[in-house]
Amino acid sequence: MRRVALGAALVALAAVPLWVGSTYYINVASQILLYAVFALGVNVLVGYAGLVSLGHAGLFGVAAYAGARLVNAGHNHMAVAAGALAVTLATAAVFATLALRGTGLGFVMITVALGQIVWGVAYRWISITNGDNGLSIKGRPSPFDLSLASPAAFYWGTLVVFLVALATIAVVVASPFGASLRGTRDQPRRMSALGYHVWMIRFLAFLLSGFWSAVAGLLFLYYNQFVSPQVVALTSSAEVLLMVIAGGTGTLLGPVVGAALVVIVKNVVSGYIERWNFVLGAIFVLIVVFMPEGLVPGTVRLWRWARAAGRPRGAAAVPARGGEGGR
Amino acid sequence: MSALGVHHLGKSFGGLRVTADVTLEVEPGERRLIIGPNGAGKTTLFNLITGELEPDRGTVTLFDRDITRMASRRRVHLGIARTYQIITLFGGETLLRNITLSLLGRRRLRWNPLARLDRQAALIARAREALGWVGLEHLAERPLAQTSYGERRRVEIAMALAQEPRVLLLDEPFAGLSVEERRDVLRLIAGIPRDVTIVMIEHDMDVALDLAERITVLHFGQVVVEGTRAEVVAHPRTREIYLGE
Repeated sequence: MRRVALGAALVALAAVPLWVGSTYYINVASQILLYAVFALGVNVLVGYAGLVSLGHAGLFGVAAYAGARLVNAGHNHMAVAAGALAVTLATAAVFATLALRGTGLGFVMITVALGQIVWGVAYRWISITNGDNGLSIKGRPSPFDLSLASPAAFYWGTLVVFLVALATIAVVVASPFGASLRGTRDQPRRMSALGYHVWMIRFLAFLLSGFWSAVAGLLFLYYNQFVSPQVVALTSSAEVLLMVIAGGTGTLLGPVVGAALVVIVKNVVSGYIERWNFVLGAIFVLIVVFMPEGLVPGTVRLWRWARAAGRPRGAAAVPARGGEGGR
Repeated sequence: MSALGVHHLGKSFGGLRVTADVTLEVEPGERRLIIGPNGAGKTTLFNLITGELEPDRGTVTLFDRDITRMASRRRVHLGIARTYQIITLFGGETLLRNITLSLLGRRRLRWNPLARLDRQAALIARAREALGWVGLEHLAERPLAQTSYGERRRVEIAMALAQEPRVLLLDEPFAGLSVEERRDVLRLIAGIPRDVTIVMIEHDMDVALDLAERITVLHFGQVVVEGTRAEVVAHPRTREIYLGE
């Protein structure tokens, strides 16, 4: 049953360019997937490690800027991807080393500061980043000779990356390392007393989180063919954090749902209402009031409640009754 | 050779000398009881032994190896395990998962990001076995948050035992338990094999007296009396501290 549902979801996702019709919506779908990859990465830290970062747009941006520089220097796709990921991972290692000196609010504040440093560099170090004007690249690279130029091709490419990200994180979460990571979130002191290297576990989680943020940053660059300081601003870090929180921290699908929500409101609702930020804000307020745990866990809770309430009283105690309306 | 040695250990918090000058030697296989009134520095002594606090002066040795400056997590791998007076467990997880985390703490498997934890049959069987030692096998799948205080105390002990310690530190294992639960825990501790050295803190002398071979009385961060059960009970200083005579 689960496999059938999973297969159906995959087919539906793969067929998006065929049924949504317009190019515009294919592009919205691509954006959802690339932000979902970003949110999945951030969720490793926020949800599973319990470390709230407000600096991940910095990592996302470092990958995009590094990618843009490498593309413009004439490197091929593989070199661009490898180079951008390596630079971002190194940056993430520095971020982690500094930010992990604190936990809780201390951690948040250090990540804000680090994100702002990246923003400052993007804005002011004009010889590298071209400042306010940003960097643009000519055309999307064609990895393995596959052109990503058309919206549908880009969507499929992004879908593959998204599925790999989702699968990787699902595997890690279910692994002994994933259990260790959640342990450090719930009882860090106890975890050291049980023999775990809490700092190292958090450091590795930061790198994993940084890796997927970097992948998302590269996808962003390929999608827009342009990167500017706005990408690494504090609001971008806050936005991805809101995606994770709105969808449900520490759940596999929460960040994906959160990314879909934010991207759809941003792109679609903004076509009808000029002050779309207001709509997004109102939606967040509603989520916090009615589903403080996030949309995915909240919906699961409501679903269970509705099933329990919909069942006639005492029916659960009478198993041999056949299906509903089966008389 | 001593299993656990503490020499002239001192620790102050600001102007408060919680551990003034403590020296004690625990033989391998010994059952040592540490008693003392509130604020005597018993739990602080445990925190210094496990490395959760760093001493201002003095040394801690484990089987004659100096571990004074060693990180807490490393000491675990040398065979120190402890329980906490204030229960610190993973409330959202099942009892089985709590024990599993404890087992993983001493295994390299804990770094593995690719294996599926719920398919580690040997590990899970071992965790069930550890729950069996404390008579909680039937509650393996229950979330910890839905268990009683007495059951959690037993989970604490099972987690410590699952790590196969050489030196086991029990911090008030009887605190807050009913009479029957105390009897269960007492039997449980009495059944721990002799290759495990046990140091136990107890506030209430009567409960743990039967278990101990030697007793150390701590008062204002200092060892006041130390000796066999009979010696300590008969000692005038013990009576003074405990009965206020």
